[in-house]
Amino acid sequence: MYRYDEFDHDFVRARVAEFRDQVERRLAGEITEDQFKPLRLMNGVYLQLHAYMLRVAIPYGTLNSRQLRMLAHIARTYDKGYGHFTTRQNIQFNWPALSDIPAILDELATVEMHALQTSGNCIRNVTADHFAGAAADEVADPRPYAEILRQWSSVHPEFSYLPRKFKIAVTGAARDRAAIQTHDIGLHLKRNDAGELGFAVYVGGGQGRTPMIAKKIRDFLPEKDLLAYVTAILRVYNLHGRRDNKYKARIKILVHETGTEQLTGWIEQEFEALKDGELTLPEDDIRAIQAYFAPPALPARPEGDAALREAQADSRSLAAWLKRNVTTHRNPDYAAVTISLKGTGEAPGDATAEQMDAVAELAERYAFDEIRVSHEQNLILPHVARADLKAVYDRLVEFGLETPNAGLITDIISCPGLDYCALATARSISVAQDLSQRFASLERQENIGELRVKISGCINACGHHHVGHIGILGVEKKGSELYQVTLGGSADENTSIGEIVGRGFSAEEIGPAIETIVETYLAWRQDPSETFLQAYRRLGPQPFKEALYGAEARAA
Amino acid sequence: MKVLTANRLTNGEAVWLAADHSWTPTIQGAEIALDEATEEKLIRAGKAALCKNEVVDVNLIDVELVDGVVRPVRLRERIRAAGPTNRRDLGKQAERFIAVAA
Repeated sequence: MYRYDEFDHDFVRARVAEFRDQVERRLAGEITEDQFKPLRLMNGVYLQLHAYMLRVAIPYGTLNSRQLRMLAHIARTYDKGYGHFTTRQNIQFNWPALSDIPAILDELATVEMHALQTSGNCIRNVTADHFAGAAADEVADPRPYAEILRQWSSVHPEFSYLPRKFKIAVTGAARDRAAIQTHDIGLHLKRNDAGELGFAVYVGGGQGRTPMIAKKIRDFLPEKDLLAYVTAILRVYNLHGRRDNKYKARIKILVHETGTEQLTGWIEQEFEALKDGELTLPEDDIRAIQAYFAPPALPARPEGDAALREAQADSRSLAAWLKRNVTTHRNPDYAAVTISLKGTGEAPGDATAEQMDAVAELAERYAFDEIRVSHEQNLILPHVARADLKAVYDRLVEFGLETPNAGLITDIISCPGLDYCALATARSISVAQDLSQRFASLERQENIGELRVKISGCINACGHHHVGHIGILGVEKKGSELYQVTLGGSADENTSIGEIVGRGFSAEEIGPAIETIVETYLAWRQDPSETFLQAYRRLGPQPFKEALYGAEARAA
Repeated sequence: MKVLTANRLTNGEAVWLAADHSWTPTIQGAEIALDEATEEKLIRAGKAALCKNEVVDVNLIDVELVDGVVRPVRLRERIRAAGPTNRRDLGKQAERFIAVAA
């Protein structure tokens, strides 16, 4: 993985020193809250309901064991013993004192981490496929390009005060696991007929109160032109993006109001002026960054299959976990392991300091010191020998991390919601917990099959509800929580925005309503191989409306 | 019926304004405004505390008295007064004899 050079170290240290001074001046009353707020946000510090919140960047979701141990140490020393992994592959600490944050940032800097650009109207953490470098279906590792974008976008003077925040995601496989079409810019790394690497470029995706699917504006951009083209997009956005209305300031609105054709024209014109200039990526530089992400040397471990056959015969729970949480690796002796942070009744994405330490130890011992955070709020060990899977599983069991539910109905994405967030209008964790309990039976989950439930506690859609096969949006109505359900959303290469099924449900009704939806699917599916999403796309909303609202739906 | 709430500058803790103009960590210690004059007094005290950098995010919130106990009208404020509903071991509900939010 990428290692800081002297410049990176000096830069991060200087920024921590600067923020330490700002915090000290704030605590001494030398600057007001109005003056301080934009400064703290630039350093990832929010004020939530109970305390401050610190959001730490995990570039493209990649960590080593030393870094994960540091996150555990911070959780234990400065927080309440846990952290929350987010849908942008970052981590949030929910209880730090403002006065401790400079010390936390100092500690993070020792392991090449920081909280810069995790908030504010700038280019945020660039996200990537969590199986990058490991997936069997990958054309090339997307992370070197995410790292190039990170370096380019860090305190970029032209793009530090954009109309609104800006999110970029990169995938290196045709099967999109990075939800690129819901980002401001989505990059799909691929090869052309000549075997050269480049990108399909998508622009203007986003969720929030106005969900939009990104438009493809380039089918193949040569890799050397990445920064010139992205600069052209940002420049057009910076110039034409709306600054009069916060809710219309994202690039998706510009794409929508301008029209894809005209906007693409502006971008291409800007690109023509930048092309072959100083932003052209030198071949040597690309290869140098790629070298940081060179896959580990994976020794042959052909004994895995025989060992697993035997172990599975002895343990149904191991067999269930192997079936669900183990993904095919490009090397047949190896596998990528999904560590579910969605145990029955747990808050999605939360991990205790002890669990983080345990995963760090496993990564060091069995996974070439690599850990990933997925946007689905799980942890990944991308390179584990199949021969070691049982040992990994046994250790996960000790820490309650063995839940075999990856991709199933209880593998829920959920924002923190009203239990923590100052913007939230309803709770989302409580709904996730309720569903997790209702569908706890693994047999039932396996029968239901792949089903992505995503829950947001407000219209900002941090919980990605618009692209959930079942999406749940919590709002406040007449002083109570009300949950609106959308069906048919998807965040993969066939991205779709879910459709509102009908009137919302109270906190007590939402669990039973989801059960009704699932039972309707089971009754209507052609056979068990037809997933919920496929069935919904075939059937449309009517059977679900009928089941949920009965006569009311027929009258409508 | 209203009380004044804020978060402490140094650690972000939710606090409420007491009758002696101190910031109390439990809503039960808050001064309750039953009339506009008291509300205005609370707001003035809040502005002064903001200027003195004691607290941030000062808000006047609606409460009711249920069996003699102060209860915020909005769930958001009940959660601030108690802690996250999914972790009763966290927040004020963990430290003192304080009712959970939901």
